[in-house]
Amino acid sequence: MSTLLLKMNWLTPFIQIIKGDRPGDQLMLILKHAGVPLIGLLAFLFVWHIGAQNINTSLGTFPGPAQVYQQSLTLIEEHTAERQKEEAFYQRQDARNAKKLEKNPDATIKIRPYTGSPTFFDQILTSLITVMAGFILASVIAIPLGIMIGLNSTLYSAINPLIQLFKPVSPLAWLPLVTMVVSAVYTSDDPMFAKSFITSLLTVSLCSLWPTLINTAVGVSGISKDLQNVSQVLRLGWLTHVIKIVIPASIPAVFTGLRLSLGIAWMVLIAAEMLAQNPGLGKFVWDEFQNGSSDSLGRIMVAVLAIGFIGFLLDRLMLVIQRKVSWDKSSALR
Amino acid sequence: MIHLDISDVSIEFPTPSGPFKALDSVNLKIKEGEFISLIGHSGCGKSTVLNIVAGLYQATRGGVVLDGKEVFEPGPERAVVFQNHSLLPWLTVYQNVELAVKQVFKGKKSKAEMREWILHNLELVHMSHALDKRPDEISGGMKQRVGIARALSMEPTVLLMDEPFGALDALTRAHLQDSLMEIQNALNNTVIMITHDVDEAVLLSDRIVMMTNGPAATVGEILDIGLERPRNRIQLADDPEYNHYRHEVLSFLYEKHCKAA
Repeated sequence: MSTLLLKMNWLTPFIQIIKGDRPGDQLMLILKHAGVPLIGLLAFLFVWHIGAQNINTSLGTFPGPAQVYQQSLTLIEEHTAERQKEEAFYQRQDARNAKKLEKNPDATIKIRPYTGSPTFFDQILTSLITVMAGFILASVIAIPLGIMIGLNSTLYSAINPLIQLFKPVSPLAWLPLVTMVVSAVYTSDDPMFAKSFITSLLTVSLCSLWPTLINTAVGVSGISKDLQNVSQVLRLGWLTHVIKIVIPASIPAVFTGLRLSLGIAWMVLIAAEMLAQNPGLGKFVWDEFQNGSSDSLGRIMVAVLAIGFIGFLLDRLMLVIQRKVSWDKSSALR
Repeated sequence: MIHLDISDVSIEFPTPSGPFKALDSVNLKIKEGEFISLIGHSGCGKSTVLNIVAGLYQATRGGVVLDGKEVFEPGPERAVVFQNHSLLPWLTVYQNVELAVKQVFKGKKSKAEMREWILHNLELVHMSHALDKRPDEISGGMKQRVGIARALSMEPTVLLMDEPFGALDALTRAHLQDSLMEIQNALNNTVIMITHDVDEAVLLSDRIVMMTNGPAATVGEILDIGLERPRNRIQLADDPEYNHYRHEVLSFLYEKHCKAA
């Protein structure tokens, strides 16, 4: 996304108009590339506004764009207020401890962490961390496994039925199993990670590893015969062949898989967080729903838009990486 | 001792409807430094013969002996120039040749010697100006040149070329043919080239091996080209001997072994 925004091409029509160079054509260009999407967006907002007013729920009218905007401001205010409270707490604590030490340098001082509830933006961060952890775990499993089954057709025949069987399983079906296993296995007095984090992470991995696995296998097994012939004439050893020819040749396919997997991971995360109570966006939506105040629907809408926007950003990030790493310029990357 | 002995080679491919005999008793003896063209209609098994010599296929009967040793598997001493250049798309021109050189001369050449050798071979094919370009940034003719450089850099005993100029336009083909004659003159290596182009075969080769039509194709006729080297295509255009050779090949292909359209 950064490359798309930083490419100053989109400024050119405006500059040309100022210069007086075919202003008519430039205006048409701007209208087409920026105007039309803008009109689409405004039309959507209008339909939403009208439609929302006509839907009456038990929690009040369905939030329209205006309410959603207001709630987003409220969420930002709450976040800054919470941060200020936290800072004030630590300042008071430091002042208290300093006074204690002044009176008696050997006194034991207590340093307690601030226990406020996570704000909306804290929850966004938690969600991002969880999805990244789950995605990375999935990739670490899927890519080597994909390479192995791509290289060996017997292994592929053995594992393919399992892939086809487990690929369509919804995260909500995995969750109870994962929760029970994590509760039983992850028992420690001072855990580094919360159980809800581990549960969400594992569920994300279980659901998002399939596209990477399948695409890697397809990429590896689909290496052109020509490249294999080159490798044979050069008498490359098996490991050299895999490292120097198989893996670079399949990188475009691997990245296609990674991009699909990340999209799925983000969707699965929200559902997993809701049920596992991991303090992220999923939990936010769930809590608001349980809360049932008149503002809830508006706040949930804000969360929906945030989820969509972050998903878009994640996809664009993968696209930028894929464009840099993939040597296959012929595959259209959009 | 015969340099390259293709002896009674037959090959059958298993198919759902029974074994398909592609080649039947192909016999050919090649001397060191000879330039042989294999010519014939499409599907007559020319590539199959080349692949057997390269070791990419195994003959079901008979075999290929190179300098007294039988050929079982592919190897850099029988370097192949493929019809589709087969360059690794994620490596630059230099790195593509480097891959071959590193593999063949590991432990035998120092790093500096390898670098010099790579540059030398790329210079032979006139590609020194594009060392850091990737295959998708250079033209078809240039890619094929790099393919030739890669094959030559392996210092092969036999250079095998499978319709190397088939995918190129006529002008580029002419340039590359001249380059090939230049290289052949300098290195005096043994070359087997598959081609469809009668002019190319007569211009470049010492002998033309004409194959009958498949299936069960075999060597039809072998024509000795007695033209003196170096050969100049402009001068040869009016040469009666050149035209006679052309006539012989064309007659073989279109009269004696006409392939039904």
